Amino acid sequence: MLGRTAGGLFWMFRYLERCENTSRLVEAGFRIALTRNTAAEQEWMSVLDTADVRKAYDDRYSGYNGENVINFLLRDRSHPASVNSMAEAARTNARAVRTALTREVFEAVNENYLILRDALAQPVRDRDLPAVLNTIRQQSALVRGALHGTMLRNDIYDFARLGTFLERADNTARILDVKYYVLLPSVAHVGAALDNVQWETILRALSSLRAYRWLTQDKMTAQGIGEFLILDKRLPRSLAFCSAAITSNLGEIAKEYGEETPSTQLAIENETRLTSKPIEKIMEFGLHETLDAFIRSNNTLAEQIERDYRFNE
Amino acid sequence: MRDADLTPHAPYQRYHAWITNEDESRLRAKAQEAERMFRRTGITFNVYGDPDATDRLIPFDIVPRIIGATEWSRLTRGIEQRVRAINAFLHDLYHRQEIIKAGRVPLDLIRRNVALLPQMIGVSPPGGVYTHIVGVDIVRTGPGDFFALEDNVRTPSGVSYMLENRETMLQIFPELFAAIPVREVSHYPKALRRSLAACAPAAAHGEPTVAVLTPGVYNSAYFEHAFLADQMGVELVEGSDLRVVNGRIAMRTTRGYTPIDVLYRRIDDDFLDPLTFRPDSMLGAPGAMDIYRAGGITLANAPGAGIADDKAIYSYMPDIVEFYTGETAILKNVPTWRCAEPDALRYVLAHLAEVVVKEVHGSGGYGMLVGPAATKQERADFAEKLKANPEAYIAQPTLALSTVPIFTEAGLAPRHVDLRPFVLVSPERIEIIPGGLTRVAMKEGSLVVNSSQGGGTKDTWVLEE
Repeated sequence: MLGRTAGGLFWMFRYLERCENTSRLVEAGFRIALTRNTAAEQEWMSVLDTADVRKAYDDRYSGYNGENVINFLLRDRSHPASVNSMAEAARTNARAVRTALTREVFEAVNENYLILRDALAQPVRDRDLPAVLNTIRQQSALVRGALHGTMLRNDIYDFARLGTFLERADNTARILDVKYYVLLPSVAHVGAALDNVQWETILRALSSLRAYRWLTQDKMTAQGIGEFLILDKRLPRSLAFCSAAITSNLGEIAKEYGEETPSTQLAIENETRLTSKPIEKIMEFGLHETLDAFIRSNNTLAEQIERDYRFNE
Repeated sequence: MRDADLTPHAPYQRYHAWITNEDESRLRAKAQEAERMFRRTGITFNVYGDPDATDRLIPFDIVPRIIGATEWSRLTRGIEQRVRAINAFLHDLYHRQEIIKAGRVPLDLIRRNVALLPQMIGVSPPGGVYTHIVGVDIVRTGPGDFFALEDNVRTPSGVSYMLENRETMLQIFPELFAAIPVREVSHYPKALRRSLAACAPAAAHGEPTVAVLTPGVYNSAYFEHAFLADQMGVELVEGSDLRVVNGRIAMRTTRGYTPIDVLYRRIDDDFLDPLTFRPDSMLGAPGAMDIYRAGGITLANAPGAGIADDKAIYSYMPDIVEFYTGETAILKNVPTWRCAEPDALRYVLAHLAEVVVKEVHGSGGYGMLVGPAATKQERADFAEKLKANPEAYIAQPTLALSTVPIFTEAGLAPRHVDLRPFVLVSPERIEIIPGGLTRVAMKEGSLVVNSSQGGGTKDTWVLEE
């Protein structure tokens, strides 16, 4: 397949994953803002930090009120990381790599764009927000369903999945990193009401609150949450799960092509480094340091994949 | 579809019997279903300058245009003869120029023609084929009375509509295909790939690697480029994917550079190779022409083929057919006034209300004047343009085009149509797919069928013997 096609697929699935993640992030932020008026501004700021768009936001707005932040993250076409911009970018990519997609996948991405364009045509009112956020996730799920149900399991599929998991790993690590302080054992008011809300927000933003409760019979601890989101391979948004998926997809490509690339090795190293230490050691070494190193090595891997498989000239 | 006494023409008899028993509301629902299908699959075309450009649909009419077996066989003989002559003509123009020496085509017309590529002089394309894909525009004035209106030998488009129109008809009216023996068109992509592969260059080894070259997603015909690459099972490449590697044009794949043997390029000559033609072009492959001339790649269609569908050359087609085949042309030519000639210009200016004036190098229905449909002011304005630059124009009489029925708000109604059958040329054979793109002027009485000017399309049925 063409290097440009591989790159188009990879980025298309990064955009789609990020649309979905942004929707979860906004939902979690909106919940805190609703229930805790005083913390709202702080919360919206941390949402922008998590999405890594605080500077772009500050260039356009002043003050961190929900209306502006939501508008910026969902609708603002003047920056590339809004849901509107990304849905369009995903569709443009789908057109460019059309020969690599089944009709079902193409149509799902096309619909995703058309439906979100309409849903986000006007500023979203608070009372419509839950439905709109739900639509964003639902449309992503339809694309994923079409991908799983109709695509050949070959290099095309692997590049699509690589985009998804690299983006997802980045997103999970960022959510944790922005809030890492609430997971630190040294903080005096451990187990206080504030932390419970913050812990729930983290889990909610990763669609894993119910799973965590179910697994732990609602015994929430900071270390337990850290372990779950970083190391638990059963959770599809954990760092360990995403890293294993990346290693596996690169392994499939190496098998199909009959040769490994530097990125095949790099992925194995990243995964090993992440999973070789138990959560106690990670906490001891420094949660922030671990997450920061993970985000950087995840980026380095993405760049290495782009080079190894000739996405660009 | 019917004579004055209201009996349907022979090829339409069975269809007519069917449709007269159909409920109009059911047909209306079917027409809406067809439109939904087109929108879902993303068969849209772009109109330059339209902000919502990526979402425009070409109107589709649910009544097929039906051609009988005898009429089709006469038509294909005429097309094959014409395409054979065009290839011989191109070879001659770029080599010994016998036709000029024989005085059948004036030297001036060739020498001053911008469509003649000096870089192609003395070059022989692989297999001797200049026009791998041709779309001849045909109009009909009466039974068996066919005129060739234009020979599209550069990068004729519209074949995806031929295929998708049929797909749509099969889905919405499956019962019709059980009752009426319509010839298949769905093998076109396979035939295209085979035909292109048969023109592989000397440098090719084993099964030839074919690719389609597109200007990119923003091109108006991008859907068709992606569709054809997909259906043929070959890569769809852009200029940025290509590079010269070891004397070949190669595409950048995830596993390194792979040489291309046959490139079905859907970009104009001007943009093909910035080293040879427009230096600002980002669409083509630098060095492609040198490699082409050295036998390292087949370009389909051949660079420089466009001179054969030049509208100034058109008027010489009957001579060209006769010169190279020794036969009289089977397809008629529309009488053409070359405005460069003073007598012709005088005539055209005096009869602007009766003629169609076209730009010699224009296409897509832009920049033309349909005299009978134009206002007095439009004609007066056009007369000025004509006087200022007469050699840029030709004029033709408006033909008494036959009509076919379309399904309108008010039921069936007659509209003017043309027909573009698609022709594949390889050293082994000339293959004409039994069908084509029927374009229809959706407005009552209109003669303009171009999609950029609001024309629509319909399925084209060629009946079995």
